[in-house]
Amino acid sequence: MTKLMKFVKPFTLLLIVAIGLLYLQVTAELALPDYMSDMVDVGIQESGFERAVFPVIEGDDFLDMQALLTDSEKDLWRLSYIEVNSMYELQDLDEASLSALEQSTVSIFAKMTNANEVDEATLMKMTLAGIVTYSESIGVDIESIQRTYILGVGGKMLLLALLGAVASIAVGFIAARVAAGMGRNLRKSVFEKVSKFSSYEMDRFTTASLITRSTNDITQIQNLMVMMIRMLFYAPLLGVGGILKALEKSTSMSWIIALAVLILLGLVILIFSITMPKFKAIQKMVDGLNRVVRENLTGMMVIRAFNTQAFEENRFDVANKELTQTNLFVNRIMVFLFPAMTVIMNGVTLIIVWIGAKQIDASAMQVGDMMAFMQYAIQIIMSFLMLSMMFIMVPRASVSAARIAEVLESEVQILDPIKPKDLKENGLGKLEFNQVSFKYPGAEEEVLKDISFTLEPGTFTGVIGSTGSGKSSLVKLIPRFYEFSSGEISIDGTSIQDLKLADLRAMIGYVPQRSLLFQGTIESNLKLGHKNVSTDLMDQAVRIAQAKDIVEASSDGMQTQVSQGGANLSGGQKQRLAIARAIAKKPKLYLFDDSFSALDFKTDSNLRHALKEELETATVLLVAQRVASIKNADQILVLDEGQLVGQGTHSLLMETCSVYREIALSQLNVEELS
Amino acid sequence: MSEKRKHGQVAMGEKPKNFKKSLKRLWSYLSAYKIKIIIVVIFAAASAGFGIVGPKLLGKATTRLFQGVMGRMVDASVGIDFNYISGILLTLAGLYGLSALFSYIQGFVMSGVSMQVSYNMRNQIIQKMNRMPFKYFDETNHGEVLSRITNDVDTVSNTLNQSLTQLITSATTVIGVLVMMLSISGTMTLVALLSIPISMILVMMIIKNSQKYFKGQQAELGHVNGHIEESFSGHIEIKAFGAEAERAETFDGYNNALYNTSWKAQFLSSMMMPVINIVGNLSYVAVTVLGATLATRRLIEVGDIQAFIQYVRNFTQPIGQLANVSNILQQTVAAAERVFEFLDEAEEISDAEADAVTEDVKGHVVFKNVHFGYTPERVVINNFSAEVAPGQKVAIVGPTGAGKTTMVKLLMRFYDVQNGDILLDNRNVKSYSRHGLRHQFGMVLQDTWLYNASIMENIRYGRLDATDEEVIEAAKSAHVDSFVHTLPGGYHMILNEDATNVSQGQKQLITIARAILSDPKVMILDEATSSVDTRTEKQIQSAMLKLMNNRTSFIIAHRLSTIRDADLILVMDKGDIVEQGNHETLIAQNGFYYDLYTSQFAK
Repeated sequence: MTKLMKFVKPFTLLLIVAIGLLYLQVTAELALPDYMSDMVDVGIQESGFERAVFPVIEGDDFLDMQALLTDSEKDLWRLSYIEVNSMYELQDLDEASLSALEQSTVSIFAKMTNANEVDEATLMKMTLAGIVTYSESIGVDIESIQRTYILGVGGKMLLLALLGAVASIAVGFIAARVAAGMGRNLRKSVFEKVSKFSSYEMDRFTTASLITRSTNDITQIQNLMVMMIRMLFYAPLLGVGGILKALEKSTSMSWIIALAVLILLGLVILIFSITMPKFKAIQKMVDGLNRVVRENLTGMMVIRAFNTQAFEENRFDVANKELTQTNLFVNRIMVFLFPAMTVIMNGVTLIIVWIGAKQIDASAMQVGDMMAFMQYAIQIIMSFLMLSMMFIMVPRASVSAARIAEVLESEVQILDPIKPKDLKENGLGKLEFNQVSFKYPGAEEEVLKDISFTLEPGTFTGVIGSTGSGKSSLVKLIPRFYEFSSGEISIDGTSIQDLKLADLRAMIGYVPQRSLLFQGTIESNLKLGHKNVSTDLMDQAVRIAQAKDIVEASSDGMQTQVSQGGANLSGGQKQRLAIARAIAKKPKLYLFDDSFSALDFKTDSNLRHALKEELETATVLLVAQRVASIKNADQILVLDEGQLVGQGTHSLLMETCSVYREIALSQLNVEELS
Repeated sequence: MSEKRKHGQVAMGEKPKNFKKSLKRLWSYLSAYKIKIIIVVIFAAASAGFGIVGPKLLGKATTRLFQGVMGRMVDASVGIDFNYISGILLTLAGLYGLSALFSYIQGFVMSGVSMQVSYNMRNQIIQKMNRMPFKYFDETNHGEVLSRITNDVDTVSNTLNQSLTQLITSATTVIGVLVMMLSISGTMTLVALLSIPISMILVMMIIKNSQKYFKGQQAELGHVNGHIEESFSGHIEIKAFGAEAERAETFDGYNNALYNTSWKAQFLSSMMMPVINIVGNLSYVAVTVLGATLATRRLIEVGDIQAFIQYVRNFTQPIGQLANVSNILQQTVAAAERVFEFLDEAEEISDAEADAVTEDVKGHVVFKNVHFGYTPERVVINNFSAEVAPGQKVAIVGPTGAGKTTMVKLLMRFYDVQNGDILLDNRNVKSYSRHGLRHQFGMVLQDTWLYNASIMENIRYGRLDATDEEVIEAAKSAHVDSFVHTLPGGYHMILNEDATNVSQGQKQLITIARAILSDPKVMILDEATSSVDTRTEKQIQSAMLKLMNNRTSFIIAHRLSTIRDADLILVMDKGDIVEQGNHETLIAQNGFYYDLYTSQFAK
């Protein structure tokens, strides 16, 4: 996870803003229960009377009360109330005088009712109740006071809720931008990194794994980023804030929350420690099930030919049963989580009410406070739940992160030289192998041993040998898809390792055994890497490659659509277009790596003729299975177990090279060989 | 086929083609679990019901608490009625416990049902596959079928769980809460309900907008993934043609487009909760204000306000869920529809009446004016007639696309001829059961299919009841025995998924051993040696010679050297036999075969 930190960096400022906004959101959310508590305690219980002071006092009563006051108090009351129509009305006061007035009101109330033994909180309540009763009796509109109060608090609540919502939406905006942006940057980096890879890295990672890494794994990270921002930062803020608020309401009940959190965490850990290993097993079983289906699809002919349908159905059923049972087991454990969580939450509520009732009875707490405490408790528990979810998600995503980081950090084995040399301008493209040996990484034995030969410009060279003799490896060394381990390969006297990779490859037209075309049109494929190929050249390339019928088959001609990977074309069609693609590049050196095997004899033969006629100056290296394909070459290289065991023309090799003769004889009649 | 299906992803908010019909079908499919589903419905409803009573009872406790407090204001000696409160709390604890228990039972039963449904569906699909004509698989790619068996079945089972339970729970909650709210105060209920259309409209607006972007995101993701897949697979080509920059440029285009839809989709969907919350708070305040007024007039109790507030909170959530359920249900039905569609595909014509007795088949094969095309407009075999005597070696040659392999597929009734007849021992192949007919044939193909099991089991595949000794006997005839001991584990070595741990030639020999073990009357070798080098080919050929001994055999090959010794060579071009005879006579004719043969060695 930490390895991808540099992808977070560009978004640091946004993340700080997001945290700020989350703080705002949490503050708003935590303030709401407070106001609700006021709403119940003051708004409902005390009819909207916030302080224990009379709003209005009748003239006579005012004078009666004066009698109970000390001198300094009398001054205070005189300043606080002004007589209007023999009614004394409360003036706007500052906080200090209001508190003082409240105190003196409570004290005269105590004197009037002789309730001296009662504790302070109860006395305060009794005073308030008295004030409400008195006010009502002298015709004060209690309902309007209450409504004003409730609407005031309600308004504040709405404002807070709005603030919270706005902050939350803003966080959502930032989270979406940051996560998508990070996903985009990661995808770009991985894609660019992989396009720098040499065949070594491609082999090591495998194409399939690289595809998963740059698609699914990055999506995982992107999803996690959203969750991180919206939950990982949010949950602790809410949790800590909730705890502070709850302690403010009551310290003695905080153990309930601690207990609930502990039970909940224990439960989550227990359930996930049972199910997590099963999840991995399920993934494997799904793979196994898919494998059977794939085998059934690819082997349909064989299955029907051998009448093994029932055997296959049984094989599938075994895999299916295993998967179903494991899935069921995990599912039944997971469905336990939700009811258990509900029970814990509800249990907390009940315990709070019970303990709270005792506290209220002891006047240590108010009803509204208890209700607020309940809400804080639920918020705290929720935040812990969110956190524990994160702890489950993060390890999963960190596997993805590690897989991505592995790609980004892997060293590319084949790079441009530090001081590249230029290709000789009027070089003809003479290629020399000088005692070249080659070994695949990790392999013990060399695939090619001590190979030396020369490709003279304008000549046609064939390479033949049995499977595993190193034909293909030999070809792949020339464009530096792999690096030879000793010896030297040079073009016009310059070592290929001194050339820029792009320069080297630009002079080579390579056609692999199984060619891949890219989504687009025939034209865009012929112009791959070379946008300025002329129409004439394309026509010529298509003609030589015997691919005219493919182009002419559709009225779209060169604009005929090619689907992803060339899936809408047959193997032979793809191969011919791949050959045309190489020809359209006009390279000095052609490398055909067993490229003709998908073609029938006639096409193969026509193609070779056309190549020879139309590309006189080109140097051609052709790897073949069929002797017939290379029989007329200027030079034939015979490979056997990585060694060059024969080199020369067909007739020479028939005389001197037993390996060649053996291959040739197995394919042709003696009279045909002469 | 659309891009997204190809990548095995289920698009969000996919809609079924015929919702009503497919839902009905799904329903009747589920009727096998009627009792279990009824249990689920009852328990889910009961669980939700018990949960709903909670706030009202808790409200009563609060009221009593409150009365105690208020009473004390007037008279300090008045206390709180703890007996009453503890009674309520205990009742509540019981109710909550029951609610959770019912909820768990419901989940337990429902996961059993949904797992059983997916298990059955998967088995039905694989069984269906074996009864479908090849034609279907010519037109459908493997990923599509695979995606039905994994993605679609999973979607059905996962969402079935969710949609059914949520539908019941949410509906019960909405109704229950409504009843509870009305029992407290009609006026307050009216006020509370006002917020629903507001939040519904807002939620709908958000869903509608975000769905647009989610769809876009899915499409763009398809482009990005497709481009990545293609670029990584064609890594060598891109390097060879120096097209790195060009590919990166296209990628950037797709990547940016993905970013643009992706963050919008994410952002819009993240707006849902805050918007619901703010509307919830609005009605919360309205209810409190109204409640307080009513409480002062002694029309309702304080506890009722508290309960009501809780109900208001509980009300918005299931409403949102109900809106969501329709979405999930659509997904369920769409996925189920795709599974049903597959299960409804046409099957091979039944051959139940055909008789299976085919014990002493000699292998006399006659093609009479056979006409066939994979599609009516694409004729592959035009008018093919030939007679093959028992024990003859027949080679079929011709350029690519001449219809060679098709002949074999017709012979084994992988496809049925459109016109003409194919006779085996003077009986039309259609008069045999497919099982009995295919039992007479052995087959070795260029594409060496082996499965993920040991070499021993792969050879035994030719005849499942063969003993180990018989398997080894066949392996010896096919030259498998000679290399098998050099492999780790010998006969018990497990072939990995693509069987890359043995060479192509070795795989071919295993398939030959498999065919030898099945001891067929008629042998078919379709390009069996074209992907092996010539030295391995020699071994395979010697194994094949043993295989063809005393059997009618059909050989299809590119390499003309392998067919020179055939008793009969059928030269095909464009769906017709253009020449037939043995090698010498055909060369002497100096015709199509001669051309084909000599082009191989052209100067």
